[in-house]
Amino acid sequence: MKEFSRASLADLRAALDAKQVSAVELAGYFLDRAERSLRLNAFLHLDRGLTLTAARQADDRIQRGDVGALTGIPIAHKDIFVTQNWRSTAGSKMLADYLSPFDATVVEKLGADAGMVCLGKLNCDEFAMGSSNENSAFGAVKNPWNPAKVPGGSSGGSAAAVAAGLTPAATGTDTGGSLRQPAAMCGITAIKPTYGRVSRYGMIAFASSLDQGGPMARSAEDCALLLDSMAGFDARDSTSLNSLEAETSILARFSAAFAAATRANASVPLTGVRIGVPKEFFGAGLAADVADAVEVALKTFEKLGARRVEISLPRTELSIPVYYVLAPAEASSNLSRFDGVRYGHRASHYGDLAEMIAHTRAEGFGAEVKRRILTGAYVLSHGYFDAYYLQAQKVRRLIGLDFQEAFKQCDFIMGPVAPTTAWDLGVKASDPVAMYLEDIYTLGVSLAGLPGMSVPCGFGDNAMPVGLQIIGNYFDEGRMLAAAHRYQQVTDWHRLRPKDFP
Amino acid sequence: MKLTPDELKRIAHLARITVNEAEVTALQTDLTGVFTLIDQLVNVDTTGIAPLAHPLAVMGDMAQRLRDDAITASDARVANMQNAPAQENGLFLVPKVLD
Repeated sequence: MKEFSRASLADLRAALDAKQVSAVELAGYFLDRAERSLRLNAFLHLDRGLTLTAARQADDRIQRGDVGALTGIPIAHKDIFVTQNWRSTAGSKMLADYLSPFDATVVEKLGADAGMVCLGKLNCDEFAMGSSNENSAFGAVKNPWNPAKVPGGSSGGSAAAVAAGLTPAATGTDTGGSLRQPAAMCGITAIKPTYGRVSRYGMIAFASSLDQGGPMARSAEDCALLLDSMAGFDARDSTSLNSLEAETSILARFSAAFAAATRANASVPLTGVRIGVPKEFFGAGLAADVADAVEVALKTFEKLGARRVEISLPRTELSIPVYYVLAPAEASSNLSRFDGVRYGHRASHYGDLAEMIAHTRAEGFGAEVKRRILTGAYVLSHGYFDAYYLQAQKVRRLIGLDFQEAFKQCDFIMGPVAPTTAWDLGVKASDPVAMYLEDIYTLGVSLAGLPGMSVPCGFGDNAMPVGLQIIGNYFDEGRMLAAAHRYQQVTDWHRLRPKDFP
Repeated sequence: MKLTPDELKRIAHLARITVNEAEVTALQTDLTGVFTLIDQLVNVDTTGIAPLAHPLAVMGDMAQRLRDDAITASDARVANMQNAPAQENGLFLVPKVLD
């Protein structure tokens, strides 16, 4: 059964349909791998009994012929999505023993609806705040390509688990790059959809105007299948989109874009596609090895028929201060619910109610979460609201308009996901600003609410993976995934695996 | 911008997070760095630009979706109480607030 850790979701479907393997056997196979790989610290909660129960239910569905594309295939969830049966911690001491009374919409759609089998919950930065996964209250995740390196963050456990073949697919969330950057650093494929595509119901809130869930997997084709099942209108999320555009099947668009390209010309399927390359993404801060790998990828797209256009996203650098005002402001508001009264950690020693709340929050939150709450409280406070918060919202509009200006000249925007490959554990942990600067190429997309993906495109000087970022206009996920699939048909970066996890 | 210890204590109070003197010193360094980064925003010309709250409103104004004013939630009291740090008779317990 060794090959299952490398199989595509379509291959796993075929094996299940042909009765070469049952959902129970497949779940057991991946649980074994996960249990042998605890040194990565990718999983926060594994429970063989729960997983095998779900797998038996999937086998029953398969037996009855009640089968979708994903029925019986394992998946693991970032521990930002709440689950009724597995603990839901958000990587925080505050929620160390929390059991959700309900499943997140994404968990329900992939599980109860699509019939995927949950393997467990994946480590992440506390409340999804971080770019290295070192902010988890339950310890850092190690990068499967080199255990001395960070896996990226905040969906670091998800990225590491997929890269090491501990699960064929995982969910993640992205507020400022938390799907794309760990995917790049672990050499896997991930997509953050258009804001509002995937329900935020049951996703533990960080910054509500930015948070979006998305899939992480081995290929663009697998991500298309997963995103199609995750997305869709949800009345329980007030920002869930119900427009006609939002309701068109992602998979249908993916297949249509792919078929149209094939009809046009099989050897140059991307003829007519214009790729915008922002000069601001290739400035002094970009490491030479990352620039080289991205350049080779862009040339490959040109060989596939695409045309390269130089564009400008003039406020790229400003996206960092805008994000680090707005995300902390929203976080300070969202995280005010953790008061030790109704759920979560409660301090053991206190006098009155006010002290109970303040001590609870001092003990329950980690250093980075506190920094962001305090930053947020400050920019929202009397006398600073206009200068910081409103000003950041105004520049946010300018950043969004810059992207729309760019999309007049191109179909997709491409560039690096991150300035460097994965760095050593610990080196940036004590310098928050150094960590924030790493997010420069992903923040603008989040602020604009655009879909963005990361596709493996080579390796850096230290033999760590490099990711190519593909940015599309609103609702263009299907075409983006189809273009990425074309690229993955002529390259094999996405098929390579860390040698310690064959 | 350099934050003073008093300013830090004020925002820690606003955020309801207890901080000791050592934490105030560490936070002063960290947040001064953060605000030096954030202060780049102050000089950007945003004359005539409206603030953007929902990202897709870049494409045009968006109305907040409203639902019917109808009861949709079911009674989930037992499930919702399962995580309570302290409870009695289905009520959350907190320190006495009135004498």
